[in-house]
Amino acid sequence: MRLITRKISARLSSRRRSRYAAPAVLVAALLASGGLYAALSPADASKGDDASTIAEGRALFQVGCASCHGKNAEGIVTQKGNQYGPALVGVGAAAVDFQVGTGRMPLAQPGAQAARKKPVYKQDEIDAIAAFVASLGPGPAVPESDKYDVAGASNEEVVRGGQFFRTNCTACHNFAGSGGALPGGKYAPNLRGVSGKHIYEALLTGPQQMPVFSDGVLSPEDKKDIIAYLKKNEDTPSYGGFTLGSIGPVSEGMFAWLVGIGSLVVVGIWLTSSSTRVKKKKEGAA
Amino acid sequence: MSDEHVGHSLDTVEDEPIANPGLPEHLPRPTDVDEVAERRAERQVATLFGLSALFAVLFCVAYFALDIGDNPDVFLNMGASTVALGTCIGLCMLCLGSGLIQWSRKLMSDHEIVELRHPASSSEEERSDAVAAFQQGVEDSGIARRPLLRNSLLGAMAALGLPAIVALRDLGPLPGDKLAHTVWKKGMRVVQDVDGARIRPADMQVGQLVNAEPEVFFEENSEGEPEYEGVELQQAKAKAAVILVRMDPDDIKPWKGRENWGVEGILCFSKICTHVGCPISLWEQQTHHLLCPCHQSTFDLADNGKVIFGPAGRHLPQLPLAVDQQGYLIATSDFTEPVGPSYWERG
Repeated sequence: MRLITRKISARLSSRRRSRYAAPAVLVAALLASGGLYAALSPADASKGDDASTIAEGRALFQVGCASCHGKNAEGIVTQKGNQYGPALVGVGAAAVDFQVGTGRMPLAQPGAQAARKKPVYKQDEIDAIAAFVASLGPGPAVPESDKYDVAGASNEEVVRGGQFFRTNCTACHNFAGSGGALPGGKYAPNLRGVSGKHIYEALLTGPQQMPVFSDGVLSPEDKKDIIAYLKKNEDTPSYGGFTLGSIGPVSEGMFAWLVGIGSLVVVGIWLTSSSTRVKKKKEGAA
Repeated sequence: MSDEHVGHSLDTVEDEPIANPGLPEHLPRPTDVDEVAERRAERQVATLFGLSALFAVLFCVAYFALDIGDNPDVFLNMGASTVALGTCIGLCMLCLGSGLIQWSRKLMSDHEIVELRHPASSSEEERSDAVAAFQQGVEDSGIARRPLLRNSLLGAMAALGLPAIVALRDLGPLPGDKLAHTVWKKGMRVVQDVDGARIRPADMQVGQLVNAEPEVFFEENSEGEPEYEGVELQQAKAKAAVILVRMDPDDIKPWKGRENWGVEGILCFSKICTHVGCPISLWEQQTHHLLCPCHQSTFDLADNGKVIFGPAGRHLPQLPLAVDQQGYLIATSDFTEPVGPSYWERG
């Protein structure tokens, strides 16, 4: 036995300087850790009671979120005193559902602002992480579907939502919800195609630079009317023609300058160019 | 055609260092010498005119055929009527214009014409004639000999200015101190815009923004009519609109005398930019900066609305807040300085 192990270790030892050794070990390690993760990952665990959901969320959190937000979501402060990842105690399940459900978290890279992208986690995983974060301190919960289900909204509700939208939202998100620029590379995102649930959660939690619009002031009905207005806006055809992104003078001005004035220049060149001439003289002339 | 004498007449100036080559030889167009090309061009122009007429008819068809109003026809998510009308009338005029240009370039007569420049001023003779005619007029009217007529005419013309001045008076009266005051006063509740909901400090969270108005805009007088409505409401609103923001009290650095203007980190600022008066509520809750989208003036609301960027010349006026006996947010006075952009009398 000892002989065999010695033999193997001698063979391995003789090959450890091979140029394939380092990649081989790396691949083996990756396969081992990946396999272990797949085998032991709690992601596939079936939805259980609260305690097991929280435990599952905690495990997911420690793999995907803890490197910036800290192992217990207490936040990480850099040596210079800047915030590496904010504390998540008390942000509530709604904040997690918004940030992870719209793909903003986990962050692909630090920058001026987290961008909306394809979500990394499945909805039941997001629910688990949300349950874990919600268990750390009281915060806004994920809204029930009747708070943002605007299928049967009346005209009056849409009109009222439009008034709230124009008063509270258009300053940043533009008159058609197309979004707009903020200082320092930040921006207010486009609202078209965002689900009612995520709009509700954003109002409730104030992600990134967006202010909070709490239920105490902007009531749940007000929020629902705003969502109804936005959805109505999305479904309404643009009767006047191309919207050019509904971002106002930027795209419209560019169209006027490039296409409008450009075609005038082309016509002007045609008008003033000298027409084709032939050497042949007209009969009877000369 | 013999336009060549024009070319010869131009090189008669002899002391030019380089001889004037004159105009290049005039060559005919294909349509001038080739009957096939001429007929083709004629057909092209007629086709363009025909297309123009066709689009004019299609415009009328689209006008009646496509529905607008409550249940309009839709084409590519746009109003079908609008698209069809615009396309038809545009192509109608484009074909008409293109046909006319093609006609003039290919078929209309092809003379080359030279027109020499003339001096801009009139001749000496014409000018002295004009002066003589004027002198004759002075002589004939006797305006120099009859000062009474001259002076009374001048007086009548001066009096003609009076109606203009009197009519311009309608632009007034002068605003007086109206620009320095708003409808805010001690004890007036700060309520949410649109629905007039009253606000308790506990309703607001740190990082919250509320677009607010004075409660008087939602109140009725003794006769059941709104206290403010129509133009009056808009004028009062244009000065009294405010935003409420709640920050961490530790982040706020109040100036001397402003320490008690906030309630638990809730501050109230004018919503009217001090540059040219745009309404601003573009507030970044993490930096506490309020940005005006018109010209990028930026105010730091944690630092008394100080201008930190952009063309605004004055800090954003702050409204002192307190809580009334029922626990709602109220103003403790009007703004202590005029809101909105600078004006003449303010210097």
